[in-house]
Amino acid sequence: MKLMDEAAIEDVLEALADELSALLRADAARPPGVVGIHTGGFWLAHRLHPRLTNRMAVASEIGMLDISFYRDDFSRVGMQPRVRPSRLPFEVEDREIVLVDDVLYTGRTVRAALNEIFDYGRPAAVRLAVLVQRSGRELPISPDVVGRRCSPGTDEHIKLYGPDPLELHLAGGS
Amino acid sequence: MDLQVDESGRLRHLLTIEGLAPDLITAILDTAGSFTSVTERSVKKVPLLRGKTVVNLFFEPSTRTRMTFELAAKRLSADVLNLDIEHSSTRKGETLLDTLRNLEAMQVDMFVVRHSQSGAAHFFAQHAAPHVSVLNAGDGYHAHPTQALLDVFTIRTRRPDLENLVVTIVGDILHSRVARSQIHALRALGVPEIRVAAPATLLPRNVEEMGVQVYHRLEPALQGADVIIALRLQRERMRGAHLPSEAEYFRYYGLTPERLGKARDDAIVMHPGPINRGVEIASEVADGPRSVILQQVTNGIAVRMAVMAMTLGSRGGEPR
Repeated sequence: MKLMDEAAIEDVLEALADELSALLRADAARPPGVVGIHTGGFWLAHRLHPRLTNRMAVASEIGMLDISFYRDDFSRVGMQPRVRPSRLPFEVEDREIVLVDDVLYTGRTVRAALNEIFDYGRPAAVRLAVLVQRSGRELPISPDVVGRRCSPGTDEHIKLYGPDPLELHLAGGS
Repeated sequence: MDLQVDESGRLRHLLTIEGLAPDLITAILDTAGSFTSVTERSVKKVPLLRGKTVVNLFFEPSTRTRMTFELAAKRLSADVLNLDIEHSSTRKGETLLDTLRNLEAMQVDMFVVRHSQSGAAHFFAQHAAPHVSVLNAGDGYHAHPTQALLDVFTIRTRRPDLENLVVTIVGDILHSRVARSQIHALRALGVPEIRVAAPATLLPRNVEEMGVQVYHRLEPALQGADVIIALRLQRERMRGAHLPSEAEYFRYYGLTPERLGKARDDAIVMHPGPINRGVEIASEVADGPRSVILQQVTNGIAVRMAVMAMTLGSRGGEPR
């Protein structure tokens, strides 16, 4: 079942950009850096970045994190077959970071991403922006800006397809 | 039974390149590629193997290989033990199997084994407990799989079109476990033309059966080559008269700037180290713009990280 189409996602991103520009420090020595979590968060970061650039000064390049090396289930599931090299094309130290992901669920991915970000330096702050916040958190992590909230069943799966067009789907369950 | 790979095709041990599926070799190289980003950061460490213990068991001297294995393990957050064989119980007559059992009793997770006898790492893998992985860091004249992997990784970084390349390996093929592993890796990845150049006394019998073209003179072997791998003249392994003298070897087989002119303009020069300057390679070539010898060393860390993460990561579901 399709939850959001391209146009709906674009609308949400516009609102997220408004909220973020009110939240982020505009007068920092280092402008905020946008970082997307591979893969869905990175697609969204690409859509969000120009919108933020229209509203305020942000780092010109977009960062990408593949958190496979930081997963807490490595000793259970092993090495992921294709790990993209993470790339933070700006100094993290003392910079406000906008961390972008598609779906916030258990919070474990964000936990891993935070650990990885801190291995690049000590950011001034990390703000979490997600397209969808679903129920089922297992860690004390909450987003700063949220597009939509939903509470699907535990056997249901929310997935972002993309990068062009972006579509959010709900699968599984009865 | 394939010792190296489990029922679902995942890497359990790395003992030899021979027989390793091309897809698995490519997966190792891809994983290594993602680890290079880790080694370029300020904090060169990821938590993947936290709580795991790796033992370096080097029964033969080594600097580069042992140190890059140690660095690889540490960058994955594993604990590393280096067994100093010179001062260990093996000197007092302890058998290999007893050494293995004792180290297993210390609950280690991985052995990195270098030994002068071919098959030593296989022996460890055959007898190791199910949760333990064994990596071959060089056994006799047989294999040195991580060296071959870092070599093909280095080649692939420069020249991703492996199916178009001419690779020339020059030097002491007879005593070289590196050359044997390189040939298997290059063939598995579809390199169409592999040449070996050496005097007849430094070539294994029936080397053609490995799928290589044999040259007894260096110049024609370099003609049009994309990659040139010079091998170390292994003086410590030579018993009897394989060669008249080192000076004469350099005169006929030394990689000089003039000879390098026969190869393609963008050809790269590699060497597994340690290099004997003025014996198998001229300093101008080893230090020159075509040389990727130090990149090989750097890449060795990422490749060894990949192999360690893949072998220990494949143990996930098994009870300890």
